[in-house]
Amino acid sequence: MSPVLADGPPTELLAALADPTRWQVLRLLGDAGEGTATTLAAELPVSRVAVTKHLAVLDRAGLVGARKVGREVRYRVRPDPLREAGRRLDDLAAAWDARLARLKALAEAAEGA
Amino acid sequence: MVTDTIEREIVIEAPAERVWALLTEAEHVGRWFGDVGAEIDLRPGGVFRLTWEEHGTAAGRVVAVEPHTRFAYRWNALGPKWGDEPEDGAATLVEFTLHPEGVATRLRVVESGFSALAVDDVARRTAFDGNTEGWGQELGHLAEYAGRVAA
Repeated sequence: MSPVLADGPPTELLAALADPTRWQVLRLLGDAGEGTATTLAAELPVSRVAVTKHLAVLDRAGLVGARKVGREVRYRVRPDPLREAGRRLDDLAAAWDARLARLKALAEAAEGA
Repeated sequence: MVTDTIEREIVIEAPAERVWALLTEAEHVGRWFGDVGAEIDLRPGGVFRLTWEEHGTAAGRVVAVEPHTRFAYRWNALGPKWGDEPEDGAATLVEFTLHPEGVATRLRVVESGFSALAVDDVARRTAFDGNTEGWGQELGHLAEYAGRVAA
């Protein structure tokens, strides 16, 4: 049986991801390995200031880590929280699969079952 | 891009009328969904409660009732308030749609709203695209992708 999961997906992380620009930021960082607000802004249709704000949201959600190198702040993706979120959402999907399979079994049983 | 949606479907070898009954009548729902029982007042705003022996009762509210076609409810099932009335910031929307396929029925369930759970205004303003890929799969891809270079 798959009961309701009282421990749902990490909502702050999902909210952080639910934005096309932030998703792009993560992909760019994934590609380059590391990036700054300036290098990211050069590849996105938004300003450096906007990128900085998006990076702050990603940082709070644990999706990126920052380190200072001289006057630069360099960011990289932290993959573990993503994996964990993916695992928990897969659990929810599996719970629905189990419920639907039980419903199917009941529906296909003899009428009046 | 990902969405805040989980989407699953199954083909059931039974007519939509029968699937609808199993989906919306408490005596059936208490068997395939809850394990102790269910209470359903089948009208918009009506009570939708599911009870499990181990977990107690989850409360929701019916949102949409279109016989043999669509049934939707909201509930707080994914957080600490899961026994309470559904409320903004705590509830997700569960929507079932039935599509006849000959003598069978394709049943689809979409649960949405995860990213709106108790998040700030900045996050609320974000938009989702219509991607139907599972979250888990998308996140897994990104994690893998990110992990290659972050390792």
